[in-house]
Formats: sequence, C-alpha cells, structure tokens
Amino acid sequence: MENTLISPKEKLVKSEEKKPIKKMMLILSKATIDNVYACFILANGARMEGIESEIFFTFFGLEAIQKKKLEHLHVATVGNPAMHIPTMLGGLPGMESLATKMMKSEMEKLDIPPVGEFLEILAASGTKLWACKLAMEMFHLEKENLIDDLDGVLTVGDFYNRAKGDGTHLLFI
Amino acid sequence: METMEKIYAGINVDCNEEGYLTNLDQWNTAVGLEIAKNEGIGMTDKHWEVIAYLQDQYKKEIPLSIRKVGKSGVVSIKEFYELFPNGPLKISSKIAGIPKPVSCI
Repeated sequence: MENTLISPKEKLVKSEEKKPIKKMMLILSKATIDNVYACFILANGARMEGIESEIFFTFFGLEAIQKKKLEHLHVATVGNPAMHIPTMLGGLPGMESLATKMMKSEMEKLDIPPVGEFLEILAASGTKLWACKLAMEMFHLEKENLIDDLDGVLTVGDFYNRAKGDGTHLLFI
Repeated sequence: METMEKIYAGINVDCNEEGYLTNLDQWNTAVGLEIAKNEGIGMTDKHWEVIAYLQDQYKKEIPLSIRKVGKSGVVSIKEFYELFPNGPLKISSKIAGIPKPVSCI
C-alpha cells in the first residue's frame, strides 16, 4: 500500500511558510468608547507594522467620525457584565459619565490620545477612513457633519472591492 | 532574549535576534548607515535628525510612541511615515541602535 502520510520534515517546511498580513479592513459598527478604541488601536497597530489598514464606519460607528459626537463617546455601565457594576447602580444618573471619565484618564496615562487626535494620527499614518453610505442615509447625515480627514463615502460593495488581494483580512467590531 | 554578534560597517556589535542593538555605546553613524541600507532607507539630514531625537529620548528613558514622535516638533507623523515607510518606529529605532519600542500607539 502506498504511504500517503506526510513526513515530519515536510510538515515542518509547510508550517514555516507563514504568509504575512498585508491589509487589515476593519468594520466599526458601534459607538461605545471601548469598541472605538479597539478598532483604532488595531488600525494603528497595523500601520506601525507596515500593514495597510482601512476603517469602514457603519451604523453607530458613524458617531466616532461625527464632529459633534466623537469626543462624547461613552462606555456602557448597564447591560455590560464586564463592568462588574450592579445594574441598578450602573443605571444611576452620572454613572456612565463617571465610568467613561475614569477609563479616559487611564488611557491618557498610557499616552493613548482622545478620539479626535487618534483619527488625525490614523489619517497621517495612511489609514483610510470610510463612511457607510447606507448608514449615513439612515441617520440623515451629510458630509459636513463628519470629520474633514474622511477619505470618502462607500457602499459595502465598494468596501469589499477594496479588500481584494492576498493577505487581506476583514474584521467586524 | 538571545544576544548575538553582528558586523556592521566592519564593527562587531551585540544584537538581539531581531537585529536590534543591545548596547547603544557600540553604535556610530557608519553602523546606522549600514542598518539603514539593509532596511532599504536612503539616509538624508532629516532622517538623521529623527535618529538623533530617538536616541536622545532613549537616553532620557522616555518611552517612545508614534504620538510622541508626532508631537516632538522634529517631524510630523505623515513625514515620519514618508521617511521610514512601513513601520516607521520599528525601522527607525533599529537604525538608531535603540531597542524596539513596545508601544501600541
């Protein structure tokens, strides 16, 4: 009978052929500050490793690029078991703002910039920033409501077309 | 971290396995120039200005981040990416003979 097993040496050679990541395409659909930062740090981290990155802001993600809203994003204190706050306590007036303030101050200590500055850094680093056409229409937004550094308004199809090529990865946040 | 010896510009220097110098005292301009050549960077006066800034920050034990570089007044972030494409902080720190900055920003 023919031996169809791969030898250990062959296995090693195959596993060593690691292909690099060339492009990260991030889709941001939420406006909670933890999700927004996760997205931005992923995008910036990619650029710092020489990987291309693009962010598609859709649904509530659009708040992160709306001039009037981007510095006022909050972390959820209700319905967020990860905060370890009793629901009744988390729902009290001011709790959301307090928790957000504490989180922001911790990030500042680590030299993580506020959302507006972070977007400038991303744009300067070559991260492409796109707004979702459908979400903009749904929320009745115009380009004037959004940051100046925005590269354009795209449909999901446009965004998928930009994801062509080997080594491109899409991530939904 | 493993240390090994490499020869840059005819000088023996101690490096880690990623090629970053482990002792800045062993660095000189010729070493920096050769590392830059290996990274495909053609050094200009502006490049050296940035290198000097990075070494200065390292000596003062100030952790480096892309945000800090952008605010340094030496170079803007856009310019930084133009001078050292594809991973400016990790490439410029290698050329500068300082450890790779461990920062997520």
